[in-house]
Amino acid sequence: MSFNSKPPTASGPAHSRSTQERLTQPTGRGWDLTPLLWICCAAILVFIVVNPVARLVLSSFEVIDGTGYTVDNYLAAFGRWRHVQALLNTLVMATGVSLLAALFAVPLAWATVRTDMPGRGFVRLGVLAAFITPPYLGAVGWILLAGPNAGWLNKIWMAASGSDSGILNIFSLSGLILIMAGNLYFFIFVFTSTALELISSEMEDAANMLGANAFRTAMKITLPLVYPSIIGGVIVVFLQSIALFGVPALIAIPARYPVVTTQLWQFFESPVRAEVAAAYALPLLGITLALLGLQRRLLAGRGYTTLAGKGGERRIVRLGLWRWPMFAYAIVVMALSVLMPLVVLVQASLSRAWGRGFTWSNLTLDNYHFVLFEHVQAQTAIVNSVVYGGTAAMASLALALCIAYMVKRNVMRGAQMLAFLCMTPFVIPGLVLAVGFYAAYTTPPFSLAGTAAIVILAFTTRLLPIAYQNSAAGIASIHPEMEEAVRILGGSRATAIRRVVAPLLKRPLVGAWILVFIPACQELSTAIFLTGPKTRVMSMVMLDFSEEGRLEQLSALGGVLLVITVAIVILGFRIVGRDFMLRRA
Amino acid sequence: MPTLRLKNLTRAYGQIRAVDNVDLDIRDGEFLSLLGPSGCGKTTTLRMIAGFIDPSGGTIEVDGRVLSSASGSVPPERRGMSMIFQSYAIWPNMTVAENVGFGLVLRKLPSAEIKQRVGQVLDVVQLGTLAHRYPAELSGGQQQRVALARAIVVQPSVLLLDEPLSNLDANLREEMRTEIRRLHEAFRITTVYVTHDQAEAMATSDRIAVMNRGRVEQVDAPYTIYARPRTRFVAGFIGRTNFIEGRRDRSQIRFDGFAVDAARLEGVDATASTITASVRPQSLSLSSERPADADGRIQIPGRIVERTFLGEHWDYVFAAASSNLRLKVAARPSDVFAVDTDTWLALDPKQLVVIQ
Repeated sequence: MSFNSKPPTASGPAHSRSTQERLTQPTGRGWDLTPLLWICCAAILVFIVVNPVARLVLSSFEVIDGTGYTVDNYLAAFGRWRHVQALLNTLVMATGVSLLAALFAVPLAWATVRTDMPGRGFVRLGVLAAFITPPYLGAVGWILLAGPNAGWLNKIWMAASGSDSGILNIFSLSGLILIMAGNLYFFIFVFTSTALELISSEMEDAANMLGANAFRTAMKITLPLVYPSIIGGVIVVFLQSIALFGVPALIAIPARYPVVTTQLWQFFESPVRAEVAAAYALPLLGITLALLGLQRRLLAGRGYTTLAGKGGERRIVRLGLWRWPMFAYAIVVMALSVLMPLVVLVQASLSRAWGRGFTWSNLTLDNYHFVLFEHVQAQTAIVNSVVYGGTAAMASLALALCIAYMVKRNVMRGAQMLAFLCMTPFVIPGLVLAVGFYAAYTTPPFSLAGTAAIVILAFTTRLLPIAYQNSAAGIASIHPEMEEAVRILGGSRATAIRRVVAPLLKRPLVGAWILVFIPACQELSTAIFLTGPKTRVMSMVMLDFSEEGRLEQLSALGGVLLVITVAIVILGFRIVGRDFMLRRA
Repeated sequence: MPTLRLKNLTRAYGQIRAVDNVDLDIRDGEFLSLLGPSGCGKTTTLRMIAGFIDPSGGTIEVDGRVLSSASGSVPPERRGMSMIFQSYAIWPNMTVAENVGFGLVLRKLPSAEIKQRVGQVLDVVQLGTLAHRYPAELSGGQQQRVALARAIVVQPSVLLLDEPLSNLDANLREEMRTEIRRLHEAFRITTVYVTHDQAEAMATSDRIAVMNRGRVEQVDAPYTIYARPRTRFVAGFIGRTNFIEGRRDRSQIRFDGFAVDAARLEGVDATASTITASVRPQSLSLSSERPADADGRIQIPGRIVERTFLGEHWDYVFAAASSNLRLKVAARPSDVFAVDTDTWLALDPKQLVVIQ
């Protein structure tokens, strides 16, 4: 049968009581482009997710410079005690980081969400600042603070005690753990405070009525209710810490504490043994998969239905005098994770020689001048970071948005599969992903080694999970009936998307773009094996400066990166905010 | 005449038939409600009429032209219908006037005419002064009026409403259902209205289709649905009722404690040996003395075993003295009987409705 004629009433007779004649009904075109969109998305995902992962696995079995398959790469990767030691070291380090991060984050989350501790807004801002400071910059800050003997804290100690050697050495396992935890505790903070915000005060009131004091209630009721979220956050921190490359490169190598990522890096020093690296990277993928499975299990098993409830008001716990010790603890965490490293970094970036201290004669803008106007590599890297990060953020968001739309609106069967592929890079550490891209696209016919294209593609893949989660949340926030209302009035799906979905997504998308752009701008581990001389990004130039001992210039470049990051955050809030103001007016 | 016709309409999800062989004819200009508990398939039916869901069997026709069938459907945007959604679905990025005028813009009317028509319809729904406000600034009732205006301004062939009042508070709901009926009187748009609230369906509809488990149990005018329910489900879902079982005993139907001539009851299956009848609590009356004038009514002595005062009426439970008959009786607030007082119950056999 044919559906192409006009709807029935278009030419129908006028109604008995309606004096107006009937309006002609719209005749929307009915081409359904969704299968085409699905195919395009699937093809892109095969190119940037499936193929690199497949090539990673395949190449781990390939004979180096030859044909055929072998397990030699695995023997080379795990045949040496040093390499196995690095794997064990990584697990020890990650455990330490997770525990310390939880120690930082959980009390702070509780205090900022549920208590009257002073400076809660400041603490929130500090946690965010610690997170948007790239971990390798934190590491540089701590080198300046607690480098053996020369570090600020050691110098203060020596001056105070008259001793001739410092007591702190950042080039150690504990240093490594401190720096990483100081950056990563953000995740546990966010997971925990979100969960705490959902718990009704009635839960606590019930315990109070039975005679429990505030502290007991917090320990016995409130915290256990959010355990799943805490554990979820701890697992994310654990996974992030085993995947980090920058901090180990700056700290673990001098500390002679090999970890997986530094070992992988060594496989890429000439002669490049990418196949061995691939074999060595796979356990990392395995650990990640196993832990995410565990996390899912833990969170699913404990059905704390209260977390889903919206009922009940939330009141703040009055800490009384205890709010001052709590505040002091928060300040200590702030100081360790962001304040102290940032102060010495800024000082170094403005100094002729950082060790000479805070004096007028030592003050200079030369370092900024150097990285912005003299050093060609630094200049190129700044542009590259912004361009690659911006492009990859756009690309990943565009792709994620299409797929999230298909999933959330049930447009097509099989969209869920694309969503799964979007989330896959979440389990692939950046360095491992880079190995996959290297295996897939540096050889003919692609031969993309060192090009901007491969860097942008790899960044796009890396950002897909965040982009997808944000897109899905954005689309889920728009009631499907908003679109159905357009369609029943005669608009096509495309009209609905253009006139309703897009305007309503503007705000969430600006937020999502910021969330994706910031890590992209700072990205190190994905870039490191893929960039060429002309495509290096800021983080890599900073590593070079560190090797050359140019900590002042490094700090200045880090300062530039932080200024860009903060500017984007503020600019984004302004745009989002102005839009919001306009709507209310 | 745009007659909307559902033929054997079926929608299955796996093994479950959300809508099961529904046959319905909705006449031109008629206001028909689909009434039923949640999960009865009424919203699925409505969304199939709108074209958002394809049927897995059967057809939807308008004026003999098939719009939906298992083999393909006209998309919603080409049906010339309009719909009011449970969430109102007012677009927050457009002003009231832009919301209402959107369907006209899609119909490519000249902007002067759009402006004029939007102004007219906003006056009809009493929102003329709010044309340039954004939806976030409107109350729930006002948003509901925007949704109404937006749906009727395009003069749809069929107007669909999906539980439009369920998000409003009780007073507003009453006001809006009057408003919806008023607009229907004014424009006579063929309307299908989905609700689980019987008062809403009663107040607005020309006919009500009571749905249960994907099937239509009865389609009738509101009074007939109430007074002459055909199935146990309809009798129980619309208002409250008493079910009593009776046995055929020659020319009589013998209930527990009393008997009625079979000839006085409508719809008695001549072959069935037992029947079920429904009698509304409102159709029963209580008195402390035996009424002198029986007037064809059956009188049963007994006593009050329970009572609840609900403000607008009393709910009594009456137990017959010489049988196991127990009936819910509704009485005016002034008819006060204490628990355990002896009373007489009067039952008019005409109020006994035989159900299937």
